[in-house]
Amino acid sequence: MSNPASPRPSSLARRLSLRFNAWSALTIGIALVVALPVLVVLAHIAMPAGGIWQHLASTVLGRYLANTLFLVVTVGIGTFAIGTGTAWLVVMCRFPGRKLFEWALLLPLAVPTYVIAYAYTDFLQYAGPLQSWLRETFEWGRGDYFFPDVRSLGGAATLITLVLYPYVYMLARAAFLEQSVCVLDVGRTLGRGPWRLFTSVAIPLARPAIVGGVSLALMETLNEFGAVQYFGVDTFTTGIYRTWFGMGEQVAAAQLAACLLAFVIVFVLLERWSRGKRRYFHTSSRYQQLPEFRLRGWRGLAACLACLAPVMVGFLIPSGLLGFLSVRGGDSLFGAQFLEFAGNSLLLAALAALVAVGLALVLSYGARLHPGPVTRTATRVAAMGYAVPGSVVAVGILIPFAWLDDTINGLLREHYGVIAGLIFSGSAFILIYAYVVRFLAVSFNALEASLGKVTPSMDAAARTLGQTAGGTLRRVHTPIMRGSLLAAGILVFVDVMKELPATIILRPFDFDTLAVRAHNLAADERLAEASTASLTIVAVGIIPVIFLSLAMRGSRPGSRARVGRKDEDL
Amino acid sequence: MTQQRRLVLPLTALLAGAAFATQASADEVNIYSARHYDSDQALYDAFTEETGIEVNILEGDSDQLIQRIKREGQASPADVMMTVDAGRLWRAEQEDIFAEVESEVLAERLPEAMRHPEGKWFGFSQRVRAIFYNPEAIGADEIASYEDLAAPRFEDEVCIRSSNNIYNQSLLASMIAHHGEAGAEEWAQGVVDNFARQPEGGDTDQILGVASGECDLAVANHYYYVRLLKSDNAGDREAAEKVQILFPNQDDRGAHVNIGGAGMVKGAPHPDNAVRFLEFLASDQAQEIFAAGNHEFPVVDGVEIDEVLASWGDFKTDDLNVSVLGENNPQAVRIFDRVGWR
Repeated sequence: MSNPASPRPSSLARRLSLRFNAWSALTIGIALVVALPVLVVLAHIAMPAGGIWQHLASTVLGRYLANTLFLVVTVGIGTFAIGTGTAWLVVMCRFPGRKLFEWALLLPLAVPTYVIAYAYTDFLQYAGPLQSWLRETFEWGRGDYFFPDVRSLGGAATLITLVLYPYVYMLARAAFLEQSVCVLDVGRTLGRGPWRLFTSVAIPLARPAIVGGVSLALMETLNEFGAVQYFGVDTFTTGIYRTWFGMGEQVAAAQLAACLLAFVIVFVLLERWSRGKRRYFHTSSRYQQLPEFRLRGWRGLAACLACLAPVMVGFLIPSGLLGFLSVRGGDSLFGAQFLEFAGNSLLLAALAALVAVGLALVLSYGARLHPGPVTRTATRVAAMGYAVPGSVVAVGILIPFAWLDDTINGLLREHYGVIAGLIFSGSAFILIYAYVVRFLAVSFNALEASLGKVTPSMDAAARTLGQTAGGTLRRVHTPIMRGSLLAAGILVFVDVMKELPATIILRPFDFDTLAVRAHNLAADERLAEASTASLTIVAVGIIPVIFLSLAMRGSRPGSRARVGRKDEDL
Repeated sequence: MTQQRRLVLPLTALLAGAAFATQASADEVNIYSARHYDSDQALYDAFTEETGIEVNILEGDSDQLIQRIKREGQASPADVMMTVDAGRLWRAEQEDIFAEVESEVLAERLPEAMRHPEGKWFGFSQRVRAIFYNPEAIGADEIASYEDLAAPRFEDEVCIRSSNNIYNQSLLASMIAHHGEAGAEEWAQGVVDNFARQPEGGDTDQILGVASGECDLAVANHYYYVRLLKSDNAGDREAAEKVQILFPNQDDRGAHVNIGGAGMVKGAPHPDNAVRFLEFLASDQAQEIFAAGNHEFPVVDGVEIDEVLASWGDFKTDDLNVSVLGENNPQAVRIFDRVGWR
C-alpha cells in the first residue's frame, strides 16, 4: 500500500545482502545477453541512412506516428476499462454466471490479433455476408447506408482491444485477489461504498499490476503486425517491414525501430515518474474470505452482460466464424501433418515459457536485493525486447549468430574438412532465444509486481533465520508467488503460440508451426483454409488459459478453497 | 535455479537434433519456396515418385528466404529457391545466391524468355495482372489498358490493393519502364484519385468488390478469379459470375505478366538433385500440375491448360525483360509513398 513511512527496501536489502556481487553480476549478465539483439539493432542508429529519411518524413512518417499514437491511446483506455472493470466484478461481486466468467473472460487471450482480424473481415466487409444480407433485405445500394469499415484504424483498435484486455484483467484480478481484506475493511469502515472502494482503494493498490497489464497490452499493440498489415493501416511496424524489405533500406528500418523503442521508453519513464516514491506492500498477512457485493435484479443482469460482451465479441463470435469457415473449406493438410505443426508449437511455447520465467525470477529478485540504478537499468534493458517487433529481434539475433556459425564452419572446414551445419542459427536454440528476448518483459512485469507486494520484512525474517539470498528466494518467495509464476509462464506460453514474424524468420529448416501455417494460407488469401490452423491455435491456447484460471483461484492466501470451505456461490 | 537446470537437457537435445538435421544425406533435395499452394505437395510427391529423391521444404516469403540463404552462407541446407514473382528472382540474383545451371533439358524445353542467360534462374509458370470490371456498368469498349484506370471518367470506381503488395510494385515498375518515372507517377496519382475506397484486402477482395457493387473496376492476378469461379462455396461462384476479366493493353505492349520461377542455390549440398528437380519442373507432368493446381499459365508449349484459361483464348503479354521489374522496384515504392497510395 502507499506508505512513504515504511522502510525503503534498498537500505534494508543492502544490509541483508551477503552476496552483493554475485546477484548483481547475474542480473546484469542476463540483461546483457537478452539485450544483445536489441543493442545490435540500436547500433544502426549511428549509421548514415542517406536521403531515405527525408523521403519518409515528407511522405509517410506523419501517418505512422498518428496511427500508432491513436492505437496506443484507444487500446490503452479500452483494455484498462474492460480489464479492471470485469476483474473487479468477478472478484468482488456476486451475480449470475460469475464463476463461469471468472475463467471465460480470459478466453480472448487465446485469439491472436491476426486471427480475429481474419474472422471479422470476412464477415463484416462490404462483400461479406452481413452487409450483403442488409443490402438484399432493405434493397440498399452502395452509399445508401452507413456501415463502419472494419478494415480501418478504428476497426484495428477495436479488435486489438478485444483480444488484449485479458492481460489487464488477469493481472488486475490477481492483484484484487491478493489484496488483504483488512485494507478493504478499513475502507468500508470509513464509509466507502462499492464504487468508491473500487476507485479509491482497490485500483490505487493494484496499480503496479494494472500498469503492468496495460503496458503488456500496449507493447503488444506497438508490435502488432498481422492485423494492421491485413487492414492496410500504416503503423511503425508495417513501416519498418516495408522500409526493410520493400525498399531494402536496412539502416533506416532499424532507425524506425529505434523510434518505436523511444515511444516505449518514454511511456515507461512517465509511469515510473508519476508513481514517484510510493511503494506498494501489504502490511498485513491476514486474509479472509473477501467481502462480496450481492448484485440483484437489473444490477446482476447488467454485471452479467458487462462480462458477457467482451467474451462474446472477443472469443465466441470469431471462433464461431472460423469454425464455420473451416467446416465449409478447411485445410487439406488436416491430419498427421497438423499434429506435427501443433506439437512443434507446443514444444517451443513450453520451453520458452520455462526459460523466460526462470530468468525473470532471477532478474526481479536481483533487482529487489540490490535496487540501485545499475540493476534497475539492467532490468529495463532486459525488458526492452518486448517493444521491438519480432522481425527486428530476429535480425538482431541473426547477425551475431550467423557470423558465429559461419566462423565455426569455416574453421572446421579448414582444419578437418567437415561442416557442422548451422548449430545456432539453424536450430531451435535461436528461436527460443528470440522468444525470451521478446517476452521476458511479460514474465518480468508479472513477477516484479508480485514480488513487490511481498513485504521486505519477509526477507529480513528469512535471512535472520539463516537463509541465504538464494534460499530465501527458493523457500519463501517462490511459494508465495506460485500463482504469479504460473501466470507469468502461461502468458509467455500463449504469446509464443501466437508469435508470428520471428517464428517465420528463425524457424529451423523443415519445421513449421501452427502460426506459420495459418499465416502462409491467409497471405495467399485462402482464409477458409487458414481457419483450421487459426482455430487450432485458439483451441490449444485455451487449455493453458483455463488451467491458469483455475490455478489462480487456489493461489490466493486464505482463499476459500484453502481454508476448507466449499464454494457455494453461483 | 532449478528451472535452469531442468532446461539444460531438452535444450541440448534440441541443439544436437537440429545440428544433425542439417547434415546432408544423399537422396534428398532441400527447397526454399515462396509458393504455398496445395498443388505444390502434389508436385513434390510426383517428383519423389519419379526419382526416389525426398523433398524437404521451407516455405516463407521471398525476401525473408533470400535473406536467410544469404546469412546461412556455406552451411545453408538450401538446394533450390522458388519464388512467385520476377522482382524477387532478380533480387535473389543481385544478392548472388543463385548458381549457374547448365542443362540441355531446360534449354530445350523452356522458351528463351523464361531462362536467365547464364542459367541462374528459370521461369516455370506465368500469372497475368488482369483488370476486372462490372459488365453492367462498363461496356467492353470503355476500358482497354492499365492507363485507362487513371482516366478521370472512372473517378470513385477503382478497387486495388495496397502498395505493400509486390504484384502492384511490379506493375508500377513496368509503368516506369514504359512511361518513365514522371509518367508512372502521374499514372499512380490518377489511379489514387479514382480509388473507390482506400486499398484494403488482397486480390480476391478486389474482385469481390466489383461483384458486390463497391466499385466497377478492379486489378488482380488472374488465378484469384479462377479460384473464385471454381470455389466449393456457391456464394464465391455467384460473385465471380458477375465479374468480367479483361487482358489489358492488347493494342500495344500487352498485359503485364509476372513469373513463378526457381534457381539452384550457390553451394547447394545436393547439386545433382537440384538440377533434376529444376528439370522436373519443366516436364509435362509438372507443368500440368501448375496449370491445374493453381490455374497458372504453363510455360512449355503443348501442355494441356486449365479449361477456364483455355476458354480465354490467346492474348498478348508484355515481353519487358523481367530484371527491369526488379531494378525499378525501389523507385516504385517511393512513388507509391509520394502519391499517397497506401
